[in-house]
Amino acid sequence: MGYDMKEITMRDAIREALWEEMERDPNVFLIGEDIGTLGNIFGITTNFIKKFGKERVRDTPLSESAIIGCAIGAAMTGMRPVAEIMYMDFMGCCFDTICNQAAKIRFMSGGKVSVPMVIRTNCGAGFQAAAQHSQSWEAIFMHVPGIKIAIPSTPYDAKGLLKTAIRGDDPVLFLEHKMLYFTKGFIPDEEYLIPFGKADVKREGKDVTIVATLAVIPKAIRAADILAKEGIDAEVIDPRTLVPLDKQTIINSVKKTGRVVIVTEENKRGASSAEIASIIAEEAWNWLKAPIKRIGAPNTPVPFSPPLENYYIPNEEKIINAVKEILST
Amino acid sequence: MEITVEDLLDKYKTMVKIRRFEEKVSELFAKGKIPGFLHLSIGQEAVPAGMRNVVKKGDYLISTHRAHGHMIAWGLDLSKMFAELFGKETGYNRGRGGSMHICDPNSGALFASAIVGAGTVIATGSGLSAKLRKTDQVTICFMGDGATEEGTFHEGLNLAAIWKLPVVFVVENNMYAISMCVKNAMLCEKISDRAKAYGMPGITVDGNDVLAVHKAFKDAVKRARDGGGPTLIECLTYRHHGHWEGDPDYTAEVYRKREEVQEWLKRDPIKIFEIKLKEMGVLNQQIIEKIEKEIQVEIEEAVKYAERSPLPDPEKIIEDVFSTTDGV
Ligand SMILES: Cc1ncc(C[n+]2csc(CCOP(=O)(O)OP(=O)(O)O)c2C)c(N)n1
Repeated sequence: MGYDMKEITMRDAIREALWEEMERDPNVFLIGEDIGTLGNIFGITTNFIKKFGKERVRDTPLSESAIIGCAIGAAMTGMRPVAEIMYMDFMGCCFDTICNQAAKIRFMSGGKVSVPMVIRTNCGAGFQAAAQHSQSWEAIFMHVPGIKIAIPSTPYDAKGLLKTAIRGDDPVLFLEHKMLYFTKGFIPDEEYLIPFGKADVKREGKDVTIVATLAVIPKAIRAADILAKEGIDAEVIDPRTLVPLDKQTIINSVKKTGRVVIVTEENKRGASSAEIASIIAEEAWNWLKAPIKRIGAPNTPVPFSPPLENYYIPNEEKIINAVKEILST
Repeated sequence: MEITVEDLLDKYKTMVKIRRFEEKVSELFAKGKIPGFLHLSIGQEAVPAGMRNVVKKGDYLISTHRAHGHMIAWGLDLSKMFAELFGKETGYNRGRGGSMHICDPNSGALFASAIVGAGTVIATGSGLSAKLRKTDQVTICFMGDGATEEGTFHEGLNLAAIWKLPVVFVVENNMYAISMCVKNAMLCEKISDRAKAYGMPGITVDGNDVLAVHKAFKDAVKRARDGGGPTLIECLTYRHHGHWEGDPDYTAEVYRKREEVQEWLKRDPIKIFEIKLKEMGVLNQQIIEKIEKEIQVEIEEAVKYAERSPLPDPEKIIEDVFSTTDGV
């Protein structure tokens, strides 16, 4: 591409985005639990307090409603807060401030006020952190009008999407899958932004489309590599944002391959994959050569014990089996 | 305060049992034998031990992510606790819960939630239930200082107060909610001051003095049982380890000054009680060794039991979502 590239972890890509945006815009500030002195439980904001001070890197008491509420009030009055909810599971504690307040204020004011804020949180299973520290709730928030949702799967996407989120004028839920924090990827040294509503084809293929999100993306790519050895050419699509959703890229791919497997880590019932499947059914029905296949977690809370958790989380094997199944129909 | 020799020794033994259990857990975690997140209560043992011989059969317990001590003091079996930590089918939660959620509803230890503050409202509900059913059951609700910053804490305490529910809210103030020092999280002098806002008694005690804790429990439980309503007890204590096993603050100063940690290590609740009991002539080296030996054997057997136990069958996870598998 002609750019100088560097290899970096997802965690550090998120760090860089926050750091650069805070340097660029004095109205950007951080608010959340254990983000200042501790620098976030995964080290995302280590040393931010030294650089930007505690006025802009605000450690709060354990008060999720107040974190989000403060971010809303500040966002309505000229600031650009980036709030952190330590685990997505704790968003239950601030569901009202997010879904009844942040998401609706622009609309309810007749479009007179913006709420430019970002809520960062980590989601997903894989750490044996059990039912209250492992969930994937993207579909819940996808259902509520007024919240944009970013779901990066690579360091490159994370940095570019987070910058766009911070500069945008709407509330954004920015999801970081905890199993991806220490995965690596290349990013350019130069500044770049990634627009919302633009899916990325992570691997091109012609036989089958695999739409996946977050930590399922690397698994889908590995599954595709294994399938390739058997002569099956899979295309892997990452929507990168669920709201807005890039329907066109998905539909174009399905029109090309005629077969689609949609995989997310959410509980399968009512998952974002269901929304994507229905869009495909509505808009690309005539091109489908086989039924749409969805993979998700069982409809249970996330279990603790490793064999249970392994069973719960979608993996390469399940993806491969699903692809083979629809290829044989 | 009247307290029998048996009760004194029972409290001492409980504290040592919690300590040795958690030391073993820490060791096994470091060896990679225990998965998941671990929050140890080493240094805070006097608080749950103070509850011993105050609550009775039929009472309820609601706890948090840092609950090993509460559960041991409640009388849970170490074998099934280790089995749960190992993720085994024979564990208290059949491997579904892990360290943060060990509980035993059969014995009244209803739930351990890792959503900070959630316990206060649930305890209010078990208190309400006892009142509606006209029993004399009391609910003990443990939480950390951080929980008092959550909205649920305030809603739960207010409701329990206006309805005079038989609940004892016990705050283990170990001064930190992960890295957030309680001094930076509230301007009240004491957490027990918050009780005033709800018109309930609030008391602060030295949480490393098991007898002070015991007295506070006794008064509050009596009050609750007699229909006098809830009490807020604040126990001042300190966790010796990090917030979680792996917390960088345990090995290097991140949010706690080393002098502060050293000061509190000197005020080890077990050491303090040991000296006191020796002075009272209740404890001597021989008895200590006997207690230590018994506990060591109990722990070794419990670990063996857990190791030998089978892992759960993944296909069966759908069994525990509803009362039947219909609709899962
Ligand atoms: C609602 C909610 N917010 C944040 C967390 C993350 N978290 C887990 S424990 C903890 C600190 C709790 O502090 P405290 O209540 O004082 O109990 P301690 O851990 O000190 O025993 C935090 C912030 C959580 N589990 N739930």
